[in-house]
Amino acid sequence: MVDNVIAVRDIGKAFAGVQALDGITLEIAPGEIHCLAGENGSGKSTLIKVMSGVHAPDTGTIELNGKTFSKLSPIEAISNGVQVIYQDFSVFPNLTVMENLALNAELAAHRTFVSWKRMRAVAEEAIAKINFTIDLDEKVGQLSVAQKQLVAISRALMSDAKLIIMDEPTTALTKREVDALFAIILDLKARGIATLFVSHKLDEVFEISERFTIIRNGKSVITCLPEELDHATFSHHMTGREFDDDHFVPEHVSEEPILETRGLGVDGAFADVDLTLRKGEILGITGLLGSGRTELALSLFGSKPADSGKILINGEVVEVGSVRAAIAHGIGYVPEDRLTEGLFLERSINSNIVISEIDSFVSKFGALDQRKADAEGQRWVDELKIATPNPANPVNTLSGGNQQRIVLAKWLATHPKILILNGPTVGVDIGSKHDIHRILRTLASEGLGVIIISDDIPEVIQNCNRVMAMNAGRIVAEIDPRRTTESELAELMSKDPSTIDGKG
Amino acid sequence: MSALTTLTPLRDRLTRDPHVTRLAVILVLLLTFFMLVKTKNFFGIATWQSMAVQFPEFGLMALGVMLTMIIGGIDLSVVGVANMTAIGSATLMMSIAPTGSDSPQGYLAVVAAIAFSLIVGAIAGAFNGFLIAKVKIPAILVTLGTFELFTGIAVIITGGKPASGLPAQYGEIMAQRVFGIIPMPLIIFILATVVIALIMYKTAFGTKLYMLGSNETAAQFSGLKTDNLIIRTYMTSGIYAAAAGLVMLANYNSAKADYGSTYTLLAVLIVVLGGVNPNGGSGRLSGVILAVVVLQVLSSLLNTFPNISNFYRPLIWGGVLLLVIVVNQWTKKNRLSRLFGVKGNKS
Repeated sequence: MVDNVIAVRDIGKAFAGVQALDGITLEIAPGEIHCLAGENGSGKSTLIKVMSGVHAPDTGTIELNGKTFSKLSPIEAISNGVQVIYQDFSVFPNLTVMENLALNAELAAHRTFVSWKRMRAVAEEAIAKINFTIDLDEKVGQLSVAQKQLVAISRALMSDAKLIIMDEPTTALTKREVDALFAIILDLKARGIATLFVSHKLDEVFEISERFTIIRNGKSVITCLPEELDHATFSHHMTGREFDDDHFVPEHVSEEPILETRGLGVDGAFADVDLTLRKGEILGITGLLGSGRTELALSLFGSKPADSGKILINGEVVEVGSVRAAIAHGIGYVPEDRLTEGLFLERSINSNIVISEIDSFVSKFGALDQRKADAEGQRWVDELKIATPNPANPVNTLSGGNQQRIVLAKWLATHPKILILNGPTVGVDIGSKHDIHRILRTLASEGLGVIIISDDIPEVIQNCNRVMAMNAGRIVAEIDPRRTTESELAELMSKDPSTIDGKG
Repeated sequence: MSALTTLTPLRDRLTRDPHVTRLAVILVLLLTFFMLVKTKNFFGIATWQSMAVQFPEFGLMALGVMLTMIIGGIDLSVVGVANMTAIGSATLMMSIAPTGSDSPQGYLAVVAAIAFSLIVGAIAGAFNGFLIAKVKIPAILVTLGTFELFTGIAVIITGGKPASGLPAQYGEIMAQRVFGIIPMPLIIFILATVVIALIMYKTAFGTKLYMLGSNETAAQFSGLKTDNLIIRTYMTSGIYAAAAGLVMLANYNSAKADYGSTYTLLAVLIVVLGGVNPNGGSGRLSGVILAVVVLQVLSSLLNTFPNISNFYRPLIWGGVLLLVIVVNQWTKKNRLSRLFGVKGNKS
């Protein structure tokens, strides 16, 4: 056996009492393309951060370059050849390609003065390594997602990398761009550079990976060769569940749509969106990052009012020009990022739940009836089984799944007629994910119109009775999830927009 | 027994909020030191009365600044508002009741001046809030700018000289001693504290302020009228600054554009010392009130040492402010140790 590039052994890491990693072992050989797979919240990101020196593990060791560390600093990780390409690529959007590429080298050399000539030479050398051509003076913020990624890869290769960790690198790429990326990964392999490929997209990982490590709830489930796995066993290892074809079937769907849009558009984000939602339905909208899915949600919720088109509620054209207008029309919105958009982290659980309806607890004389508000909070804590000893505790004492229930409770407390959820189970553990899905199904059967916006394909396929695929700002297809496979849907989402003419 | 039962919730509260506990301890230590070192001053009622006359000046300003800091902003214009409104109301009083007017005329002037001052304070504060909420300029820049603006207006009205010659009735009312011992400014401060406590803890507005300060995006997504909340907060701060201006007007029996120049820093210091998070979202009124008292006692104590010149004040206040911020960061777990830890790794 060849010496490993990196080996982590028995890594354990807990955050605030939650065991994120528990005795994980992972070895990567030189030039190996290794796939790290696991569901959201399984500990993949934490493991990457341990390997790149961002987090110090509580237990276990990291062997790197023949040296054993009990914890790494980011500098040590880089100088030993570990490079991470994060989902957001960590590039500086306001700097040019050249500056992005040459900056690290300039900083590492502790130079005081800048030589533009030297920086240009460094940058040219960097992009030559992976044979791609790009205008070095373009601002990185102007580039496409795939180009940004290539910049990030070139930058990673500059510092004599032995292992490149790619965190969900294909999330926002079209099929053609994914193929180009795979060509580069194979090229790196030929030069003896190992890749740790983090993903939960089945097709891709089978196409490229030579070895798999699957983790679940912070524990290694299996490390094996691709021959030993098929789709079903892979999913089973990831989720720990047997896949039953448990599709959502709406019980009572109203005749009249509760929400309709006609030719809805926001300049530069999406256009010509026609959708209908009936009471009792769960409508899925899926698309890649940048497909316009979030902007669509925000315009339905009045936070980014539409530039063109109409929104109809119960058959009447309404103006949704602000969040308050949307709430008044009975629309609730569970945002994409609950930490920055949904929660008041240092405030109490109760006040987080009641904030949107707080004015209904004010007496005639303007005094707030705190007791009534607390009772309402407690009611939702019980209803949604939010695990907390005391609803007066701040929200940041809770786990991701419980936090998401609070955001949900806040909206349910306003008695919405339409509930829009953007990424309802991102960063939520599997148990809570299941519970949240069950809650949504119950809500729909009680007559709520629910829209789930998500790029988690299994999530929309299982929990929605109709799914619309968005691609490059347009609805490209509406599918029946019972007759569509995950890969077909993925195909629709990631098809290069230039090959789609009009509606697919 | 009954004393015990009333003490328990108090003790609960003390242990729950480390800032309040710390301040209470500091206050007790300070008072003990005062009593031992300057026994004569400590037991003289005049010492306490002069304190009670003085601290409402910056105490009222601090209450306003506290609200703005709870929503994650800051109000550096309070001294400007106080001086501008004081000069404005002094001018108004003197024109309604010039020297030699009879006393009903004087009282009319006083009432008009108080109303005028509070209204102008509200407008000035709303102007701050408008620039912050609608024009989206950071609060620190807006209020630094309007501080100069308001001070400039004050300079122009008076030509830079003190505005004096107020009707005697004003001084008479403000120099009242309720029950023969409690000075009027202290009554005003207590009243203002009660009002702000009701706003913070008994209205939906108060709860919304904390939520807004905790996460503005989430507040918008929850359907709060964030712009309106911001404007109303700065308006309240403006009204409190104007009230401080009225107290200063009485204490100096005149108004001038550059009175109370150290109060900006002092008000911010009090609010931070009282445990309000400068990033917004948390902090308690009780902490801020304690901080007001602590700083007044410290200030009076310094006064009793003739060889510590008043020129040392800004140095002492600035030093205390930085120290408090550092200590606060320290108690937030690991912040400092991580900083030093990284340094240690590099070497």
